Amino acid sequence: MIRTEEMLLNVGPQHPSTHGVFRLLVKIDGEKITEAEPVIGYLHRGTEKLAEDLTYTQIIPYTDRMDYLSAMTNNYTIVHAAETLMEVEIPERAEFLRVIVMELNRIASHLVWFGTYLLDLGAVSPFLYAFREREEILDLFNELCGARITYNYMRVGGVKWDAPEGWIDKVKALADKMKEKTEEYDRLVSGNEIFINRTRGIGGYSADDALAYGLSGVNLRAAGVKWDLRKDRPYSIYNRFQFDVPVGETGDLEDKYRCRMEEIRQSIRILDQAVEHFPEAGPVMAKVGRVIRVPAGEAYTQIESPRGELGCYLVSRGKDKPYRLKFRRPSFNNLQILPKLLKGENVANLVAILGGIDIVLGEVDA
Amino acid sequence: MTDRERNGQRDRGERENPTPKEAGNREKDAGEAKTKAAAAAKAKAAAAGKAKAAGAKRPSPRKKKKEEPLEPSPKQPLLDQYVQTVTEKVGKETVEESYINRPNGHLPSMVIKNDRWAETARLLREEESFAFDYLQNLSGVDYEEHMEVVYHLYSMKHRQGLCIRVKTDREGASVPSVTEIWPAAGWNEREVYDLLGIDFPGHSDLRRILMPDDWVGHPLRKDYEPYDREV
Repeated sequence: MIRTEEMLLNVGPQHPSTHGVFRLLVKIDGEKITEAEPVIGYLHRGTEKLAEDLTYTQIIPYTDRMDYLSAMTNNYTIVHAAETLMEVEIPERAEFLRVIVMELNRIASHLVWFGTYLLDLGAVSPFLYAFREREEILDLFNELCGARITYNYMRVGGVKWDAPEGWIDKVKALADKMKEKTEEYDRLVSGNEIFINRTRGIGGYSADDALAYGLSGVNLRAAGVKWDLRKDRPYSIYNRFQFDVPVGETGDLEDKYRCRMEEIRQSIRILDQAVEHFPEAGPVMAKVGRVIRVPAGEAYTQIESPRGELGCYLVSRGKDKPYRLKFRRPSFNNLQILPKLLKGENVANLVAILGGIDIVLGEVDA
Repeated sequence: MTDRERNGQRDRGERENPTPKEAGNREKDAGEAKTKAAAAAKAKAAAAGKAKAAGAKRPSPRKKKKEEPLEPSPKQPLLDQYVQTVTEKVGKETVEESYINRPNGHLPSMVIKNDRWAETARLLREEESFAFDYLQNLSGVDYEEHMEVVYHLYSMKHRQGLCIRVKTDREGASVPSVTEIWPAAGWNEREVYDLLGIDFPGHSDLRRILMPDDWVGHPLRKDYEPYDREV
């Protein structure tokens, strides 16, 4: 007889498929995972603590560094929280610019996920395709605000830079191009037999579980809960756009993949409409004071980041700095269900399931 | 041109041109201006005093706007109903305070008594008229006099949000855990414990999550002293 015993396997914190400094302690019995314990905090910088000593404008670049794949939505969450308490009206053009950059960023973020996820599963070429298109989005951002990853673009009351001459046309051209490219990704991956075998029916969970664990974004929708904050708690001017919210059924990896790919298409749809109705001219900043003082009060604002519900709980005492600022980071909350998903799974599926959640460690650890 | 350059130019200009007479005049002008300003200020104060006296009769337009009674919030009846149900099912004085958070999209908010929170949480989750099945956010706040844990709940069935605040003393801070009701609270409570030092009795695995295990102190407390002040 072969003697078997339980083995403790350490994954990370420095491991390419953990997408950052994430550590996982896995107990395995042969090929089966019996227990998994995530260890996080390696990238904790104390953003919330730092924010208490910073003015609202100074906090914005710190938010860039939380979810560094989607810094635009992070920018928006802090300015949106402050604007909610200040009850300022944002100029039309600024709102459109915000929506355009957030949707572009959503596409860029999903592209990174698409590329790296397929890399996790062993396919190298989709990564090259995805990063080719992402590069063009980053070039657009570079032209708009002079940065490729950490934009520091939004301000309380509007945005820092107006669109340069011809920029909107470039967005339009990119949106048209992306329509073809998504077809290309589909041809490349969506029907691939190896891909389907590695994702279908793996890592699924029920809608009730998803809600109980506080999942959000694609992780929640893939399980069949139709919940998109752009639709259900509209912010900015999202209520003016036509778009669908893709949902899955079983929450398995294939559903997550299909939801994210469909979200890219829906973001392109929003971009099309935003470009079409983009205001000719007008201010991009509301009239707010040079020193931003947020009236005393508390507010919890929530927006749909590419990873899920990005919330911001702001307690203000009427000063130019927040009294307490708490970020509800979607990656942090989505990761919580991982031990449950891994239990009883094959070791080979570990990386696939972890990748399916789509975490950014800068956000998990804040 | 920098400010210094500009100042320098002005200084030079003044030094060069004035004859003694002019300089004298300037002093006189300055003096006159001062008296004028003082008089104006006095008049203003008097006017303000008058306005104050007549305040009730003729408030400034801006003030009027503020004093106007606000329209009752559309969510007020809902909140009243919540408070009533909680009071009925859990007991009197469970709800310490209730209000509508207007700027925050008229969010119904309640402050729940600490020792009744476990029971109330179960009610909020299980009672049909509440059915708050989604814990969106859990945060801890240090208010210096006391601490608070804030829950943002959402009911997918009724499409309605709710904010719950539970207060606790700073010394031996403790709030009942809700991990059994909303598993989503698990890591969030660990985070609050880690950063604010609030205990959550009932949590099966309460230990630090973001800071190193051997860290001393809880960084988000307002009286926290950094290990290295220079940083």
